[in-house]
Amino acid sequence: LAPWIPVVGLEIHAQISSNSKLFSGSQVQFAAPPNSLVSFFDASLPGTLPVLNRRCVEAAVMTGLALNCSINKKSLFDRKHYFYADLPAGYQITQQRVPIAVNGSLSYSLCVDNKMSQMVTKTVRIKQIQLEQDSGKSLHDDTRSQTLVDLNRAGVGLMEVVMEPDMCCGEEAAAAVRELQLILQTLGSSQAVMAEGQLRVDANVSVHHSGEPYGVRTEVKNINSLRFLAKAVDYEIQRQIEELENGGTILNETRAFDSKLGCTVPMRDKEGKQNYRFMPEPNLPPLILYDAKSLPANMDHQQVVNIDWIHERLPDLPSVKRVKLVERYGILPEHSFALLNEDGLTEFFENVVKQTQMKPKKVIGWILNVLLSYLKQHSLTVKESPVSSVLLADLLNLLEKKEISSTAAKQVLAELWKGEGKTPLEIVKEKKLELIQDQKELEQICQAVIDGQENEVIMMVLG
Amino acid sequence: QVSAALKEGRVTPGELCQRCLALIKSTRFLNAYITVAEETALKQAEESEKRYKRGQPLGVLDGIPVAVKDNFNTAGIETTCASNMLKGYISPYNATVVQKLLDQGAVLLGKTNLDEFAMGSGSTDGVFGPVRNPWSYSRQYKEKSVPKSHSEDEESNWVITGGSSGGSAAAVSSFTCFAALGSDTGGSTRNPAAHCGVVGLKPTYGLISRHGLIPLVNSMDVPGILTRCVDDAAIVLGSLAGHDPKDSTTIQDNFKPFELPDLPDVSKLSIGIPKEYQAPGLSSEILALWSKAADLFKNAGAKVIEVSLPHTRYSIVCYHVLCTAEVASNMARFDGLEYGHRSEVNKSTESMYAATRREGFNDVVRGRILSGNYFLLKQNYENYFVKAQKVRRLIANDFLKVFGSGVDILLTPTTLSDAAPYMEFIKEDNRTRSAQDDILTQAANMAGLPAINVPTALSERGLPIGLQLIGRSFQEKQLLTVAKWFEKQVKFPVIQLEEVKRHNHDVFQHQKSASFS
Repeated sequence: LAPWIPVVGLEIHAQISSNSKLFSGSQVQFAAPPNSLVSFFDASLPGTLPVLNRRCVEAAVMTGLALNCSINKKSLFDRKHYFYADLPAGYQITQQRVPIAVNGSLSYSLCVDNKMSQMVTKTVRIKQIQLEQDSGKSLHDDTRSQTLVDLNRAGVGLMEVVMEPDMCCGEEAAAAVRELQLILQTLGSSQAVMAEGQLRVDANVSVHHSGEPYGVRTEVKNINSLRFLAKAVDYEIQRQIEELENGGTILNETRAFDSKLGCTVPMRDKEGKQNYRFMPEPNLPPLILYDAKSLPANMDHQQVVNIDWIHERLPDLPSVKRVKLVERYGILPEHSFALLNEDGLTEFFENVVKQTQMKPKKVIGWILNVLLSYLKQHSLTVKESPVSSVLLADLLNLLEKKEISSTAAKQVLAELWKGEGKTPLEIVKEKKLELIQDQKELEQICQAVIDGQENEVIMMVLG
Repeated sequence: QVSAALKEGRVTPGELCQRCLALIKSTRFLNAYITVAEETALKQAEESEKRYKRGQPLGVLDGIPVAVKDNFNTAGIETTCASNMLKGYISPYNATVVQKLLDQGAVLLGKTNLDEFAMGSGSTDGVFGPVRNPWSYSRQYKEKSVPKSHSEDEESNWVITGGSSGGSAAAVSSFTCFAALGSDTGGSTRNPAAHCGVVGLKPTYGLISRHGLIPLVNSMDVPGILTRCVDDAAIVLGSLAGHDPKDSTTIQDNFKPFELPDLPDVSKLSIGIPKEYQAPGLSSEILALWSKAADLFKNAGAKVIEVSLPHTRYSIVCYHVLCTAEVASNMARFDGLEYGHRSEVNKSTESMYAATRREGFNDVVRGRILSGNYFLLKQNYENYFVKAQKVRRLIANDFLKVFGSGVDILLTPTTLSDAAPYMEFIKEDNRTRSAQDDILTQAANMAGLPAINVPTALSERGLPIGLQLIGRSFQEKQLLTVAKWFEKQVKFPVIQLEEVKRHNHDVFQHQKSASFS
C-alpha cells in the first residue's frame, strides 16, 4: 500500500492589540458587559463611515516584517458580503485583492521522537497577512428559539495570517502556531491568547499519494487550544485516510472539532459555496505606506506609516533571543527553547543567574527540571510561583558554597514551596541540614554509628 | 439681503422662522416636507436672536432658516429616507454638514421629501407621496396652461419637481427656507433645481463630507446645495467644505471660503459646448436656449468652442451597473436587527430578514438590489463591475482631455425638457425615467466634477428651464463666478405664488431674486 501524504495549511486570525477598533473609536476589551463597546459605525447605523486605525496598520507591518514578508506599499480594502446576525453591515471589510503583506516565512522547531535533545528546524511559507474586521458574537439559545447578539467584538482589528500547506501533521501545525504566538507576543501586535479568542486557528487538511495531485481538502474550525489543534489535525488526517481506503470520497466541506469526543463533525451552519460578492470598499482610499526612500519631504509624519522606521524598532524575535541565550549563558539550544516556551521563565532564569555564583549551566537544571516541573504539577504560571528568583538564588548559593548537599537543597525547596516566608538559610538551620565541615565531628558521628551497629560491622569485616 | 436685514434688526430670527413655518403650513399641499421641526427651530431662532442682540452673530448664516433632505442624519429629528425601512428612525447623531450649519447658527426647519433612498428622478417614489412643483401653482404656469376639459382643475395638472431632492428644491423655490441641502449622485440636486427654477450646486467629490449622508453610491454621492441665487450657494459652500476626519474620502488640503466678485468677467474664458449633450429627446426649446446662452458668452468676449466627450452615451449603462452594485452593498445593513423596521415574522433569522426587507423597501430599491447582486456575483464581476469601472475611467478622461486643452467651463442643458405633469411622468417606470433624465447630469458624478444648474428662462408652458455649467475639479470659485455672471445676464423671473403674496414680506418683495446674501 502506497503511503499517504498528509497536507496541512492554516488560516490564523490574530486579534490586534490596540486601544480601539480597526475602523472606529470604540474600545477593545475582553469580557466587557454585552453591547457596551459599540460605536455608531460598529452598529452599522446608516451614514457612518470607516476611519482606519493607524496602530492596527503598524501592528500588521510589524508582524509582516517579523515573518519576512514583502510589505505592499499600496494595499486595498474590500467588502465581503454575507448575511449573519453578528455582521451588522451585511459585509465585512477585509483585504481580498491586495493585502498588506505577502510571501513570508516562519521557522519553527520540533523535537524528534519526543527527545528534547534532538531538535529539528522546519519552515512554513506565509502566503499573506491581511487586515480585516472581526465579527460580533452570537449565542444560540435553542431552548428559547432565539439568538443573542453581542457586538462588542464587531469591528475589532484582525490580522489574518495564511500559512501555506507545508505542514504534515498535528505536531507541526501546533509548533508553527506556537512560534507565531510567541512572535506576536514579543512584538506586542497581538496578545494571542487562544483561550480569550485572540488567536483563532482554522486548519485545511487533505491527503494524497506521492506523485498524485493534492486531494480534496476540508476546513476544520472550532479549535480552542494548541493541544486540540494537534488532535484535530491528526484525527482529520486519519479520518480521511480511512474514508479513502474504504473507497469513499472526501467532501470539500467545513467541519467542527468536537473536543469532548476528540473528532471532527460536519458543521450544520455553513452553507455550500458562498458567493461573497466582493467589491472594493469605496469609503477607504488605497492604503499607502512609505519607507525612508519614498517618504516625501514635507509629509506630516503623523499621517504616514514608515516601514523602515518600524523595522528599526523591531524587538529581538524569539529565534534571536534563543541564540543569544545560548551564546551568553552556555546553555543548550533545547534549554533556550524551553525557557522561551514558558511565559516569564527566561526572565526568572536570568534573575537567578544574576544573583548567584552558580554557573548558568547548572542553574538551568534547577530551573527546567525542578522549578518548572513543580509549577506544572500545580498548574501555576511563573508569575504565580511561591518561590521567587531571589529565594532560589539564595538556595543555590548555599549549595554552591557547599554548605548543604543537593539532597538537602531539594528538601529546602520543598519547604520554600509552602510559601511561608522563610528564607533558605532559616529552613536549613531549622532542619539541621547543614553539611558538616568539621573533620573531628564527622569522625565522632561515624564512630557512633559503627559503635551502634557492632554486629553488622563484624559481619562486614569478616566477609 | 436677509442676512443684512437680520444684522440691522429690521427683522428678527424669530419672526423669520415663524413666517417660514407659517408658509410651510400653507403650502403643505406641495408635500415638500416630511418632518417639520417646529419646536427646535423656534428654539434655535430664539438663540440666534439673543446673539444678534448681543451683536455677536456667528456668521452670515446665523438665524437663516434652512431645510435638509431626509437622507441626512439629524440627531433627535426623524430621518426616514422616505422609506418604510426607516419610518420612525431617530438618529443619535448629526451629519457633519448638518452640524456645520447648526454651528453657524442656521435654523433647521425640517426634513424634506425625496424619492425613496434617493433613487429616482421625480421625487415621486417615496413612501410619503410625491412632491409637487411650486411652479404648478404659479401665475406664470396657470396663465399658459390650457385646460383640456371643464372638469379638469389644477389638482390633476400639477407638475413634478424632478428628483431625487425634489422636496429641498420645492422648499427653496416656494420661499419656505433660504437654502436647502440635497444630495447628488446622478443629478439629484441639479435636476430638481432646473425644474423648480433654483440654483442647484453639485460640489467636487471629496470637497464636502459625506459623514451622516445615508449613501446611495459611495463613490459618487455628494451633498448638494440649493439656493435662490449663486451668491447664496457660495456662502453655504464656504460653511460646509473642508476636510472631515470622519470621512476618509474628503481631501486633506485646506479649503478657503471665497467671495464672488460683484462684477464677474468672463471675457478671458474658454467655454466648451459638448456636442454629445445634444441628446435624443432634448426639447427644441432647450436647444434654442442653450444656443442663446452660448451667444451670450460669445458676445461678452469669451471663447466659445464645440468640444467632444465621446463616451457620454455609455455613462447611463455604466452608471446603472456601478450604482446598483453599490446599492446592493449599502442596503445590506437594513436587516431589522439593530434599528429601523423589523418584521413580525420570526420563524428564523433568515425569514425575518427576508420579510423585513420586503416590507421595508419599495420595488425600486428592491430592483436595484437584485441587479446589483447579480453584477457582483463572482462569475459576473469581471464582465460587469470591472468593465463599468474601466468605462468610468474613460468618461472621466474625456473631461480631463477637454479641460486640459484649455477649456475652462462646459455649458450644457440640465434637463431634456421642462417639468412633466405628474400623470404623464408616472406612465413610465422609475428605471426608464432615471435612464432618460440622468443623461445630462450623470457624467459629472462619474468624473467627480463640480457642476451647477442656473435657472435660465421660462418655457412656453411657463415652467423653469435651467442650464448647467461644469467646472474643473475643486475649481468651485471659477465655476460659481461664471454662474453668477450668467445669472445676472439672464435675469430669471421670480415665481409668483399666491401663498407667498399672502405672507407679504419685506424680504420677499422688491428684490429681483430673493436671497440672503
